[in-house]
Amino acid sequence: MPRVEFQNIAKQYGRVTVLDELNLDVDDGEFLVLLGPSGCGKTTLLNLLAGLVETTAGKILIDGRDVTDLDPKDRGLAMVFQSYALYPTKTVRGNLQFGLSSQKLDRTEIARRVDWAAKLLQIETLLDRKPSQLSGGQRQRVAIGRALVKNVGVFLFDEPLSNLDAKLRTEMRLEIKRLHDELKHTIVYVTHDQIEAMTMATRIAVMDGGVIQQVGTPDEIYEQPANLFVAQFIGSPSMNVLSARVESDGGKPVAILDGFETRIDLSGHATGDALAPGTAIVVGLRPEHGEIGAADRPAQIELPLLYAEKTGGDATLFLKTSGRPFAVRIDPAAAGGVRAGEAVQVGYAAEKFNLFDARTGRRI
Amino acid sequence: MTDILPLEPVRRTFRDYPKKPRKIRGSSIAILVFLTMCALFIAIPLYVIIVTSIKEMSQIIQGEIFSLPTKVTFEPWWKAWNEVCSGVQCEGVKVGFINSLMILFPSLVLSIGLSMVTGYALALWNIRWAGTFLFVLFTAAFVPFQIIMIPLIIMTGIIKVYGTIWGVAIVHAVLAMPLLTLIFRNYYKDIPNEIMSAALMDSGSFWRIFFEIILPMSGNILIVVLILQITSIWNDFIIGLYFGGIGTKPMTVILANSVITSRGEISYNVDMAAALLTAIPPLVIYFVLGKFFVQGITAGAIKG
Repeated sequence: MPRVEFQNIAKQYGRVTVLDELNLDVDDGEFLVLLGPSGCGKTTLLNLLAGLVETTAGKILIDGRDVTDLDPKDRGLAMVFQSYALYPTKTVRGNLQFGLSSQKLDRTEIARRVDWAAKLLQIETLLDRKPSQLSGGQRQRVAIGRALVKNVGVFLFDEPLSNLDAKLRTEMRLEIKRLHDELKHTIVYVTHDQIEAMTMATRIAVMDGGVIQQVGTPDEIYEQPANLFVAQFIGSPSMNVLSARVESDGGKPVAILDGFETRIDLSGHATGDALAPGTAIVVGLRPEHGEIGAADRPAQIELPLLYAEKTGGDATLFLKTSGRPFAVRIDPAAAGGVRAGEAVQVGYAAEKFNLFDARTGRRI
Repeated sequence: MTDILPLEPVRRTFRDYPKKPRKIRGSSIAILVFLTMCALFIAIPLYVIIVTSIKEMSQIIQGEIFSLPTKVTFEPWWKAWNEVCSGVQCEGVKVGFINSLMILFPSLVLSIGLSMVTGYALALWNIRWAGTFLFVLFTAAFVPFQIIMIPLIIMTGIIKVYGTIWGVAIVHAVLAMPLLTLIFRNYYKDIPNEIMSAALMDSGSFWRIFFEIILPMSGNILIVVLILQITSIWNDFIIGLYFGGIGTKPMTVILANSVITSRGEISYNVDMAAALLTAIPPLVIYFVLGKFFVQGITAGAIKG
């Protein structure tokens, strides 16, 4: 299966620069998810790879071959679209065949591939129906089938699940993951849904403002976000951030959170210039890492409860701060004991902090 | 054991609901009066034409144009079809009917084909200057035909189609292009972008995508354009008159000639019958395709 390389890609629409000096490698067999808020350039990047949009500068290589100026059909790609984009006047079989008959394959080969894909996706009984007679999930399967029959190495997905309801989305997520495990295609998958990214990707590229903020495995992205944007974009509810200032306490760096008395011992974290006394930093704390009622943790925060939200499996407390509410995820059984307005004490273990430079937003 | 009776569905007709007292407002009366006048404006002449065409001349010369025929005769229709003279040729309007058919089909194919492909290219392909082209094309729609008629005659003469059916068809295609291209382009603009992207990745061929994907999706708009074009080509007089050769005059031209060149007494009944015969084909098209016409005009975006 081929590798995909983006080299110094730039894309401008008129005077608006959407992407600039972008570099990204996708290894063969990898499931790379481009994740980011809408307008971050992830779909543009995918369209550049597909050849549906022309690059302003830079090179795109697929399997070592420069495809920057090739037509979409000559790049050896298949794509699944958000709206499925099935041809409404063709049957399911016609939809699957259209790309193949354009390649001038012989009939037995076409029939063999259509049957294979239909079987794999369990749409054999639907082959003679028109797209309008299919449900959303079935249309999605056909759209994937249309990509599969082309027998190419690289698959592009453009938010394929966002038109499905929640239950179907979970099913299709597994289905796509299973297909990837079975067929080992190289996949580039665009989404704004972090759950999809976390569950399916082998690697995630988080994008914002046309710039790739971080590339890494789902665990890396979650545990060690490279900057404040990634930290706050991934995770729901998102990471709590508190500004703080570094001071020296007998040679050890400690952080003093603005508005709190608490001193947080930072000696476990990287030392050196980054934590020189007087530096302004941002402390990031994941909602699920907080322990309520624990009084002996290195970092202690006490805030009044704003409201509690139960979602069955767990509960989230939202504590009142001067800015955004501070979220703490707890066991739902413990959530009943606190009332709005009451102070809640939350403790954090030392290794659970994420520290960022307040000026650059980068991870320390 | 108890039998379960099948449940009768409750059927309600509009009679089951209490009638709302209807108020007729002044404005609706005005509208009704206006519409009735509009209808009469068309209906009265039509009535006169139909009645006259089945009267005998002896009744017509009495001058009571609104009276019903005392004796119904279809001879004028037969004469109009078979015997009226256009110039020295006395073979009825049937000659023109055949000519009009011969003109109609190539004109339809040329004008619709040309504007359909142009509209498809402008709407769905990345074409440099597409906006400018469309603007110029649409400006051309406002140029009066009389101004370009003589240049067109010379141009069709140069490509050696002047006076043939193809000459007439080409002129029809050229004159219809601005409006039809705009209609097709706007219709194709509503085709979801992603369908075109998918087709580009699957095939990438301009013609394959057109014939296999886009053309089958054009049913509604084709019927609209078909009705527009059949009516305008069939009813056309001036293009047929100037660009048709001696043997290729359309029905409208033959009709006009026959009305002008009557010898002796003027057979109003035959003239009326000839006019009706000429008007029938577009009417038939309306009756057959009218339902689709409304659907086509009101059809919005194409759902995938």
